[in-house]
Amino acid sequence: MKFASLIVANLLRRKLRTGLTLVSVTVAFILYAYLSAIRVGLSQGVDVAGADRMLVWHAVSLAQPLPLSYLDRIKRIPGVDLVVHQSWFGGIYQNPRNFFAQMPVDPEPFLRMYPEFLLPEAQKQAWLRTRTGAIAGRATAERFGWKVGDRIPLQTGIWTKQDGSMTWEFDLVGIFDGAKQGTDTTPFYFRYDYFDETRRIGKGLVGWYVVRVTDPDLAPQVARAINEEFANSSAEVKAESEKAFLQGWAKQVGDIGTILTAILTAVFFTILLVAGNTMAQSVRERTEELGVLKAVGFTHEQVLGLVLVESCLLSGLGAAVGLGIGRVLTAAGDPTGGALPVFFFPPRDMVLGAGLGVLLGLASGALPAWQAMRLRVADALRRG
Amino acid sequence: MKPSAGDSSSALVQVRGVEKYYQRGTERVHVLEELDLEVKRGEFLALMGPSGSGKSTLLNLIGGLDRPSRGSVTVAGERMERLDERGLAAWRARHIGFVFQFYNLLPALTAARNVELPLLLTLLGRADRRRRVELALSIVGLGHRLKHHPAQLSGGEQQRVGIARAIVTDPTLLLCDEPTGDLDRTSGEAVLDLLHTLCRQHGKTIIMVTHDPHASARADRTVFLYKGRIVDAIPA
Ligand SMILES: Nc1ncnc2c1ncn2[C@@H]1O[C@H](COP(=O)(O)OP(=O)(O)OP(=O)(O)O)[C@@H](O)[C@H]1O
Ligand SMILES: [Mg+2]
Repeated sequence: MKFASLIVANLLRRKLRTGLTLVSVTVAFILYAYLSAIRVGLSQGVDVAGADRMLVWHAVSLAQPLPLSYLDRIKRIPGVDLVVHQSWFGGIYQNPRNFFAQMPVDPEPFLRMYPEFLLPEAQKQAWLRTRTGAIAGRATAERFGWKVGDRIPLQTGIWTKQDGSMTWEFDLVGIFDGAKQGTDTTPFYFRYDYFDETRRIGKGLVGWYVVRVTDPDLAPQVARAINEEFANSSAEVKAESEKAFLQGWAKQVGDIGTILTAILTAVFFTILLVAGNTMAQSVRERTEELGVLKAVGFTHEQVLGLVLVESCLLSGLGAAVGLGIGRVLTAAGDPTGGALPVFFFPPRDMVLGAGLGVLLGLASGALPAWQAMRLRVADALRRG
Repeated sequence: MKPSAGDSSSALVQVRGVEKYYQRGTERVHVLEELDLEVKRGEFLALMGPSGSGKSTLLNLIGGLDRPSRGSVTVAGERMERLDERGLAAWRARHIGFVFQFYNLLPALTAARNVELPLLLTLLGRADRRRRVELALSIVGLGHRLKHHPAQLSGGEQQRVGIARAIVTDPTLLLCDEPTGDLDRTSGEAVLDLLHTLCRQHGKTIIMVTHDPHASARADRTVFLYKGRIVDAIPA
């Protein structure tokens, strides 16, 4: 630590250059934090998807409904633990831009199927009591400032009610939180029994089924059994694990992860050159000084260490500040207002970023440090 | 282990049959040839000679900054060719103080921090280091300039800081390469006075390269170097 003042003094010597380099590194790491959060948003849910959950939908397309009667038939298949159905409502709250998912479900089995949705017991009971009751995820509730007890009107272009009205009103009886940071808390769920009774068309149909298997290892067999069960029927089905389904969706979005990685690689390569250049310049203009250090007895390794610590300090500081700012900025949540319901900078990527900072320091300091180490005192001082 | 009594105990520096050449492509450039030199403990020696005669090269060899192509350099009983790079660095830190023509202070550090540099390699604690730094700076008459940066000091003052840095570890041997070469007469005189005092009162052995006959007159003895050899006088 007695060398600290020497290292700090060297960094502070060219304040502007050090400052600019620091800013470049910081900006790169803010970008890194943002892209990490975007990647999490795009691969939304894949990480938290239950390995034991499967989706069953119409073999033709997800948009084709399935009969409610399939529920009992799926239940009877060996290896199936629990089955729930979900449907797409696609209503509009005030303004088409206020997008969030809304689905009619059967509350009791639904909540058992998704333990990652944390709903207070009293609110659950209220939902079971209230036919027009609905629950919303924390993110959406906060977005629109909803409180339990509010009436939420949703416009629909598809689901005309018995009375001819196109406006559905729900009583918000609960707000759920996510058990994990990656849990999507934007959806809105209401009761299927109320929905099915009140709608004019499509009665007795559901969007898709979610199946929980008793053992994740059995999933492939169960999926095959389900497909066979409905083969040659009017509505054939396709079963797939939740994870595979979500990954498939993520692929559809395009391999954006690869693009993001490519962008980051380019950014860090540039920063490596910037930081490396700063260190190289700083070592070059200090040739005589490094020679003096050796003359007074510093070993080659000590001089190497000094330069490396200096470059690591520069990159490390930039990385720390950048990751910190990135953390704060991404904590503000989805910047797109709905397109990325899950948006956060995961701690794992933060640790990775810190490692990247150190690596950047070592890489940018390696060549100058090596030159400083090889410097012969007699040559270094000759230039004076 | 001290060498046997006799002349070697009084000779702090022994240069024996030293040759130094550099390879430039196929050509071999001889800088020092068959050079013998002894410097007694407590002696103030001036080294003179025309530019390119090998004065700095010789000083670097004695200070362990460079190695001879042939021959041996012994300082304080230590044969330098027996030390590896790391051992040489440690040996330098303990026994040698360098004073350079252009002072070579670190501009980013204060006078006190500059003087402290060699002490960072010792096991001394912060308080001890501070005490030694203050002592060294007061010996060179700059006890009041601890917090000044080199840019805030005159050339003569900077050189005295350089000398303080050279003596702070209390080395046996001071190697000064044209210490007054960049100074005016008055500041140069002050530096020479200081070196003289260090030799006489503090018992330092000093080898000083200089072009200035006035400076060499302050030394106990002057050795002339010409085309890599020691001569009695510089040919006109
Ligand atoms: N690394 C090197 N490679 C090649 N030649 C060198 C090298 N170092 C020194 N020389 C040569 O050795 C000779 C002696 O150099 P040195 O610096 O010892 O001279 P000097 O007596 O100190 O001169 P000055 O009074 O100008 O300082 C010069 O001709 C120089 O060019
Ligand atoms: Mg010279």
